[in-house]
Amino acid sequence: MELCNCIEPPWPADELLMKYQYISDFFIALAYFSIPLELIYFVKKSAVFPYRWVLVQFGAFIVLCGATHLINLWTFTMHTRTVAVVMTTSKILTAVVSCATALMLVHIIPDLLSVKTRELFLKNKAAELDREMGLIRTQEETGRHVRMLTHEIRSTLDRHTILKTTLVELGRTLGLEECALWMPTRSGLELQLSYTLRHQNPVGYTVPIQLPVINQVFNTSRAVKISPNTPVARLRPAGKYMPGEVVAVRVPLLHLSNFQIHDWPELSTKRYALMVLMLPSDSARQWHVHELELVEVVADQVAVALSHAAILEESMRARDLLMEQNVALDLARREAETAVRARNDFLAVMNHEMRTPMHAIIALSSLLQETELMPEQRLMVETILKSSNLLATLINDVLDLSRLEDGSLQLEIGTFSLHLLFREALNLIKPIASVKKLYVTLSLSPDLSEYAVGDEKRLMQILLNVVGNAVKFTKEGGISICAFVAKSESLRDPRAPDFFPIPSDNHFFLRVEVKDTGAGINPQDIPNIFMKFVQSQPLATKNSGGSGLGLAICKRFVNLMEGHIWIESEGAGRGSTAVFIVKLGIPGRLNGSKLPFVPKGPGNQVKPNFSGLKVVVMDDNSVGRMVTKGLLVHLGCDVSAFASGEECIRAVSHEHKVVFLDVSMPGVDSFEIAVRIHEKFSKRHDRPIIVALTANTDRTTKDNCLRVGMKGVVLKPVSVDRMRSVLSDLLEHGYLVETQ
Amino acid sequence: MEVDQLQRSFLEYTTSLFREGFLDGQFGQLQMLQDESNPDFVVEVVSLFFEDSQRILNDLSITLNQQNVDYKKIDANVPQLKGSSSSIGAQRVRNACIAFRNFCEEQNADACRRCLQQVKQEYLLVKEKLEALIRLEQQIVAAGGAIPMLNEFS
Repeated sequence: MELCNCIEPPWPADELLMKYQYISDFFIALAYFSIPLELIYFVKKSAVFPYRWVLVQFGAFIVLCGATHLINLWTFTMHTRTVAVVMTTSKILTAVVSCATALMLVHIIPDLLSVKTRELFLKNKAAELDREMGLIRTQEETGRHVRMLTHEIRSTLDRHTILKTTLVELGRTLGLEECALWMPTRSGLELQLSYTLRHQNPVGYTVPIQLPVINQVFNTSRAVKISPNTPVARLRPAGKYMPGEVVAVRVPLLHLSNFQIHDWPELSTKRYALMVLMLPSDSARQWHVHELELVEVVADQVAVALSHAAILEESMRARDLLMEQNVALDLARREAETAVRARNDFLAVMNHEMRTPMHAIIALSSLLQETELMPEQRLMVETILKSSNLLATLINDVLDLSRLEDGSLQLEIGTFSLHLLFREALNLIKPIASVKKLYVTLSLSPDLSEYAVGDEKRLMQILLNVVGNAVKFTKEGGISICAFVAKSESLRDPRAPDFFPIPSDNHFFLRVEVKDTGAGINPQDIPNIFMKFVQSQPLATKNSGGSGLGLAICKRFVNLMEGHIWIESEGAGRGSTAVFIVKLGIPGRLNGSKLPFVPKGPGNQVKPNFSGLKVVVMDDNSVGRMVTKGLLVHLGCDVSAFASGEECIRAVSHEHKVVFLDVSMPGVDSFEIAVRIHEKFSKRHDRPIIVALTANTDRTTKDNCLRVGMKGVVLKPVSVDRMRSVLSDLLEHGYLVETQ
Repeated sequence: MEVDQLQRSFLEYTTSLFREGFLDGQFGQLQMLQDESNPDFVVEVVSLFFEDSQRILNDLSITLNQQNVDYKKIDANVPQLKGSSSSIGAQRVRNACIAFRNFCEEQNADACRRCLQQVKQEYLLVKEKLEALIRLEQQIVAAGGAIPMLNEFS
């Protein structure tokens, strides 16, 4: 609404004031009307404004104020009553609304203010979160870098690759200008520049290890900022710019032995390498904490990777060494085998070759001794005989020993009489002892059984050797031999700590002690006695004629018999006692032994069972036939007896195990019968064993019998015991042992 | 008691037979073969021996009484007798047979006849002894006792 502002001159001065009031009121009204419009417009625009009701109130208040001022315009001149009323109404309304608004604002303004505060608070929070996000992101990136680095480092087991990769990756991740690794030298006194990032082949700079800066770095596991001027950091040629910050960290060089499962070996490692990292010189970059952490982690990982590489190198080296050793051992073994084979061949040949002439010499010399000789000749022959006997013994000893050594000697087990053995030994030694005027006593304990099972010949050898030595080294007094059954306590001799004999039901341990009053032995010499080729008393051996092998062989035999032998002596001049313990079997208790067991004693107490054994007897003499049949029936056999060969041949079947053929029948060719019986059975194991019964045992009969395939010859008349042993023999071996 | 007495006289008789050489160890073996499963073994064998020997001796008599002595037949028979007697343990009969055999080889008819007589004599002696022994055994058994056995034979 445009008002003309032309000023009329005829207006009075107070009309001027009125005019100004008029104009101001007009403008106020205008403003009052436009403000709500603006408010409405902007409120409409923004959707989130929460106090609409307030605005409406405010708007109403403003509009009414405006209306009031507008109506005021009409009151300057004469106005009607209506205008006055309207004016009053609008004023009242305005008063009401403005008071209401004022009241309302009291509530609202604090709210509005607090909104502002909240906004500020949220902004701060957002800023903080942003910061933290930044941190986490950096950490995550660091982690990623570490993982990647580790992966790169650990993807190889080659030491050089590991180190090179470390430097390369670190350089890339952290954007380094230079990265170097200083390794300790072998002497441990210097650090040598081993790897750098930029130079391909670093020249071997060395730096003494005792520098303070190096010690500082080595004393902590953290990455340490060092001055770029230290010798370790002078890696780049001095440039125009300020060198970037340098950080150094220690890299533990772990050894295999340092690995403990539960804690990281911080204290036990002594050797460190030094890793130096340099930031680019022309940047203003600083080392950040997370970068330092990254460096520390990488350094640790490198240590682990290096030790893995070291372990691998070690194991490869060990494996190569082992292979070499294997080859060498194999060669040595083959050589040894060849040597043993050569020796065995030699022995096998020499055994025969040496013994044959020896026997010839001995035999012929003995024969010569029997002829008429002059005294000087007799003396000569005797010397020859003695020497060759000695030589023969020596040869036997050596050959025996070598057979014993390679374990090819086997004991010849048999039943023999112990009492007889000791008496024989006594008889052999008595003449020599009596010449030297020495007494010899023998005492056999009553609980020693008469018979035993073992190697009689070798036992005799042991006994003779021990007793012979006793006599040899005794000048006066005598020797006493005691033999008894060793009980468990006496078996565990303190002198023989590694001898653990285990008595059993089938065996017993024979303990023989031979005490002499002779020269005695120095306790220091005792261990040497049983060693071969060692003579214990060089003075006495002038006449001993021993090879030094005797006791060594005895020891071997005793060991074979699962026993032990030792000598006790209190010293020179106090005599000595030789003790040996051997394991012998109890006769009659060894059932099921597969060894050729030929009992020389008067039969076993055990009755072998032949019950049901089918046998055939052929004898044309009725009495003889009856007696033989009765004999076999008494032993439990199932006997079929025949008088004629034809009947016999017809009746023999594969069920019959033995056929007894009388070959002393005149006019009957028993041999032909034997042949025909053999022919009757095509399969070998069906054939019965054919044994000849005869009254005469001349060589021709025996030969004939064996020629036709008979397995034995038995002399008639046969006793029960004899028949029993014949049957056992036949069943065990398939032939009669003594006939062969 | 009677059984004891009988057993004692049996033992004495047997021992005397051994001592005098009529019987040897083989007879002892035969006695050992006699047991519950074979109670009459000795009697059976002895009877068989008597039969056999009688037959052979008769044969030999006939053969030797011929003009032309068939030495082959003698050669066939004498070993039989020898075998039987040795099987039973009749020592003296066996020894006589051995002598007989030697002369037979020499084909000395007179000597053979003399030997035959010898053999016959020995045979009759041992037969008598054995029969007495068997009678004693039967008496022991009838009296309810067991026949004792000599353990050692020299």
